Amino acid sequence: MMIRDLGEVIGQHRLFAGLDPAFLDLVAGCSANRVFRPGTVLAREGASFDHLYLLRAGHVGLDVVAPGRGRLRIQTVGPDDVLGLSWLVPPYVWRYDATALEEVRAVEIDATCLRAKCEADPAVGYAVLKRFMQPIVERLQGTRLQLLDVYGTPR
Amino acid sequence: MLPGVGRVLSCRTEAPDVVTHRIAWDGWEGCAPGQFNMLGLPGLGEVPISVSGGTRTPGEVLHTIRAVGPVSRGLAALKPGAALTMRGPYGRGWPVEAADGAQVTIVAGGLGLAPLRPVIRHFAETARARRVRLVIGARSPADLGFLQDYDDWRGAGIDLALTVDHAPPGWPGRVGVVTDLISAGPGRTVAYVCGPEIMMRVSAMRLQALGVDAGDIFLSLERNMKCGAGLCGHCQLGPVLLCRDGPVLDWARARPLMMVEDL
Ligand SMILES: Cc1cc2nc3c(=O)[nH]c(=O)nc-3n(C[C@H](O)[C@H](O)[C@H](O)COP(=O)(O)OP(=O)(O)OC[C@H]3O[C@@H](n4cnc5c(N)ncnc54)[C@H](O)[C@@H]3O)c2cc1C
Repeated sequence: MMIRDLGEVIGQHRLFAGLDPAFLDLVAGCSANRVFRPGTVLAREGASFDHLYLLRAGHVGLDVVAPGRGRLRIQTVGPDDVLGLSWLVPPYVWRYDATALEEVRAVEIDATCLRAKCEADPAVGYAVLKRFMQPIVERLQGTRLQLLDVYGTPR
Repeated sequence: MLPGVGRVLSCRTEAPDVVTHRIAWDGWEGCAPGQFNMLGLPGLGEVPISVSGGTRTPGEVLHTIRAVGPVSRGLAALKPGAALTMRGPYGRGWPVEAADGAQVTIVAGGLGLAPLRPVIRHFAETARARRVRLVIGARSPADLGFLQDYDDWRGAGIDLALTVDHAPPGWPGRVGVVTDLISAGPGRTVAYVCGPEIMMRVSAMRLQALGVDAGDIFLSLERNMKCGAGLCGHCQLGPVLLCRDGPVLDWARARPLMMVEDL
C-alpha cells in the first residue's frame, strides 16, 4: 500500500481522525497494514515494545499471568481502539500478553520510528501525545471503575 | 396501602446471590415497565423491588432479588409455596413513548438488567424497524443473569453486546467497562440506563458525549423507601420523592441530584 493510501487509512481511525494529510503521511511512514489470524500473539508481557497497533477490525484479548491465579483476561480491545499505549514510556516493554481473538486488521506502527519523529519535531510529538491522551484517560477511568467493583454486593 | 398475599410459584437462580421468583398474587393487574412493588415478610419488613417480568400478566409477576440485608435475604431465600406480602405497583416507570421515532440504547449494569427486562421486551417488538442496542455489563461471566433471554432478544433483532469486568480463562467475550460499548445515533437516540449509581453516572456522561440529549437519557434511581406512595418522605432526593416522582428520572433532572455527595 502506498504511504498516501495508508495515511488515509490512519486518518479513518478514531485516534488520528481529522489530522492533516502531511501529519498522517508522516505516521504512515512508520506504519504497515497488517492482518492477523485468530490466535496470533501480538505482544508478550516483558517483551520489548517494537510496535503499537491501531485496530481496524477484530478483537484482541489482553492477559496477565498472576501467581496462583493463572491467566487472567484484564481487557479486550477492538475496532477504533489502540493496542499499546505505553510505547512512549521507557523502558519500552509490554505489560501484558495480547492475542488476536478473531481475524484482526490493524495498522502496525513502528514504535522506534514514531518516537524518533516525535523527538525530532516537538510539534509532531505534542500532536501525537495529545491524541494518545484520550485513550489513556479512557483506560484510566475504565480501570478505576473496574477497581471499584461497582456490581459487587456491598459488605 | 394494605398489602395482599403473594405465593412463590417457582425460583430461578440468576447469579450466586440473585434469584428470580415467579409469584402468584390475586391483586396483580400488571404495570408499566420500570414500576416496582413493595415486597414484605411479616416481622422482617418491606422493601421496594422492581418488576422484572409479568407487566402484562394479571395474577402473576416476576421479581429478581439480590440478598444484601435482612429483608432481601429473607425474600431471596423463599422457596416455591412460600407466602409474602405484596403491594403496588408504585412509581413512574420508563417512558417508552419518548423513543417514538428514535433509535434506542439500553444500558444495563449488573442487577440493573432486571428492571429493564420489561423495557427490552417492549422494544424487542419494534427492533426490526429501528436500531435497538442493548449493552450489558456485569462483574464476571458467572454474574450475568437472564442468560435464557439473550437468544430471544437477538432473534428479535436487538443488537446485544456484553462485557464483564473480570473473566476467567476461556471466556470468549469482551472484558472491560460497559461504557466502552455504549454507542448512539445516527439521528436522535433515547437511552434507558439502570445499574449501580456510579455506572449510571458514567454511562449518562458517555451518552451525552455521544450527542444524546440529557432529557433523552433515563435512569432508575434507588433510595431507601418505606411507604412507596409519596407519603413518608423516606426516599426524598432534593425536591424529588423518588417513589412517587421516580424511580425513573431523566439525566437533566437526575444529574444535579446525583452530583451531590451524600444526597
Ligand atoms: C425503586 C427501587 C427498586 C428496587 N429494585 C430492586 C430489585 O429489583 N431487586 C433488588 O434486589 N433490589 C432492588 N432494590 C433495592 C432493595 O430495595 C434493597 O436492596 C433493599 O431495600 C435492602 O433491604 P434489606 O433489609 O435487605 O437490607 P438493608 O439492611 O436495608 O441493607 C443491607 C445492606 O445492603 C445495602 N443496600 C441497601 N440497599 C441496596 C441497594 N439498592 N443496592 C445495593 N446495596 C444495598 C445497604 O447499604 C446495607 O449495607 C430496589 C430499590 C428501589 C428503591
